[in-house]
Amino acid sequence: MSEEKTLQELREQIEQLEALNSRNGLDLSREIDNLTEKLAEREKDTKEKLEEWDKVNLARHPDRPGSEEYLDYLMEDFYPLHGDRLIGDDGALIGGLAKYNGETVMVIAQNKGGEVEQSQQSNFGMLRSEGYRKAQRLMKLAETFQFPVLTLIDTPGAYPGKEAEERNIGGMIAKSISEMVSLEVPTVAAVIGEGGSGGAVAIGAADRVVMLENSIYSVISPEGCAAILWEDRDKADEAARALKLTAGHAQDLGIIDEIIPEGGSGAHEDFETTADNLDHSLSNHLEELENYEEDQLLAKRRKKYRSIGSFKKVMKKEQS
Amino acid sequence: MPLFRDEEYLRVDFEDKEEKDEALWVKCKSCEKLIFKKKLQENNHVCPNCGGYFFLTAKERIKTLVDEGSFTDKTKRIESDDPLNFVDTQAYEERVEENQTETGMFDAIIVGRGEIKVNPLVLAVMDFRFIGGSMGSVVGEQIVNGIERAVEEELPFVLVSSSGGARMQEGLLSLMQMVKTASARDLLSREKLPFISVMTYPTTAGVQASIASLGDVIIAERGALIGFAGRRVIEQTIGEDLPPDFQSSKFALDHGIVDSVVERDSMRDELAGILDFF
Ligand SMILES: [Zn+2]
Repeated sequence: MSEEKTLQELREQIEQLEALNSRNGLDLSREIDNLTEKLAEREKDTKEKLEEWDKVNLARHPDRPGSEEYLDYLMEDFYPLHGDRLIGDDGALIGGLAKYNGETVMVIAQNKGGEVEQSQQSNFGMLRSEGYRKAQRLMKLAETFQFPVLTLIDTPGAYPGKEAEERNIGGMIAKSISEMVSLEVPTVAAVIGEGGSGGAVAIGAADRVVMLENSIYSVISPEGCAAILWEDRDKADEAARALKLTAGHAQDLGIIDEIIPEGGSGAHEDFETTADNLDHSLSNHLEELENYEEDQLLAKRRKKYRSIGSFKKVMKKEQS
Repeated sequence: MPLFRDEEYLRVDFEDKEEKDEALWVKCKSCEKLIFKKKLQENNHVCPNCGGYFFLTAKERIKTLVDEGSFTDKTKRIESDDPLNFVDTQAYEERVEENQTETGMFDAIIVGRGEIKVNPLVLAVMDFRFIGGSMGSVVGEQIVNGIERAVEEELPFVLVSSSGGARMQEGLLSLMQMVKTASARDLLSREKLPFISVMTYPTTAGVQASIASLGDVIIAERGALIGFAGRRVIEQTIGEDLPPDFQSSKFALDHGIVDSVVERDSMRDELAGILDFF
């Protein structure tokens, strides 16, 4: 039975009971209260389910602004750098030197591309090994000259390709995380669309991590999760809810520092408000981070990641 | 002398209870021959007939590597608290309990201090039986604890991976364990302590894309599966079948992903030899 039908039936039952209640002098108020409570719970569940899945769709909306738009809008000057100095240039990762609030910063951003042709060039935001190696190169360059690093995360995940595996994409993601978490410059990461698993966290190991209101961040795509745990890709909406992949949940889990409100019903409808809010947030975080000495910064970052996790002491019987 | 000494942390009964009531014979998946179980155990769980590898639990793996009586279990007494209240076809809380009962472990890893041919070290070994050896908050914390112990006692750190990746049921918290372990790993380099990563069947996804790939020396056991994306996903993406040896140990060696491929029988000698250089 569909959820909406169940809700409708509950509403009708309550109406019938209410009618009986007033007519025959019976006291049915307890039954009515019970059903009303049940209805409220179901409605809330339904809304939450829709909310999670709605956000997945918003985060993937074809008109949702991507890294190029934000960089155009936010940076006073941007000089893109190309190539990993070994194999090639990965169009899914754009990056380079930029002026932001009058200071030089290094930007590293995942780029889904807008039109079909651009999307193909940028491989729909799925990075290959070259992309992660390029990210590492830019991070090290930033560190040498003490430029803060700003990253924009927007990827469905790393590219699952044959060549990617031959070129050790897993190892490259590991190396990116390792480089980033050890950088001796301030780092801020913003999830602007899809934060797709390891491919996203590779440029997300920052001092501060923020998320746009309708972006998602997840250990696995809802479809992938549904395929493995439910053995049914069509259960993706259920998986999305279980994975708690929204910005609100990420903040509750203590993993992100701020949720950035989007304009209108989403960034695709009101880009300027969204971009202004992002600008405000990035500027604030960078300004705060500039107050720390390098070693303070690094110690603070290490402490932050050291403490991420949720577990309890074993209280029950000894294991055998 | 007992092979394992329990200390203040985890108390695992290392008298394998499963040995008592299980069948005396097991069938080899490679050659389909029936093998006398005791003989198999004496042979590092390698088929005496065809050389095929049987799966190793964390305990069995530790036994194949350390000097007898040298291993002290230092696994912290912690378990998952189901931070997401995750339910799929089964509640995660229930799944964890079931796995604990089946394996006698609190989660998918054992960490301890031991010696390999008199080389002292901190050894962490994953167990694939426990929710696919997946890395959630507990596994991440145990790895970091092991690294910190190694730093404290100025010992090398060896991690034997057997994991399908991050634990989905802990969502973003699992994903963040990639950063948590990678960050801790750096402490070893700063103290000039070696980290040797051993990849076995399987070392994939979030674990291959973090701590397992960050070894100073990375060795693959023969018969391992090493890679980021799953074979089926890649085949669907590129629209062609992949060769049978794709993501095998030899594939990893050929593509510069690991330093060497080692037989199970030689793993102990190999590790002792490497540790000797540092
Ligand atoms: Zn055999």
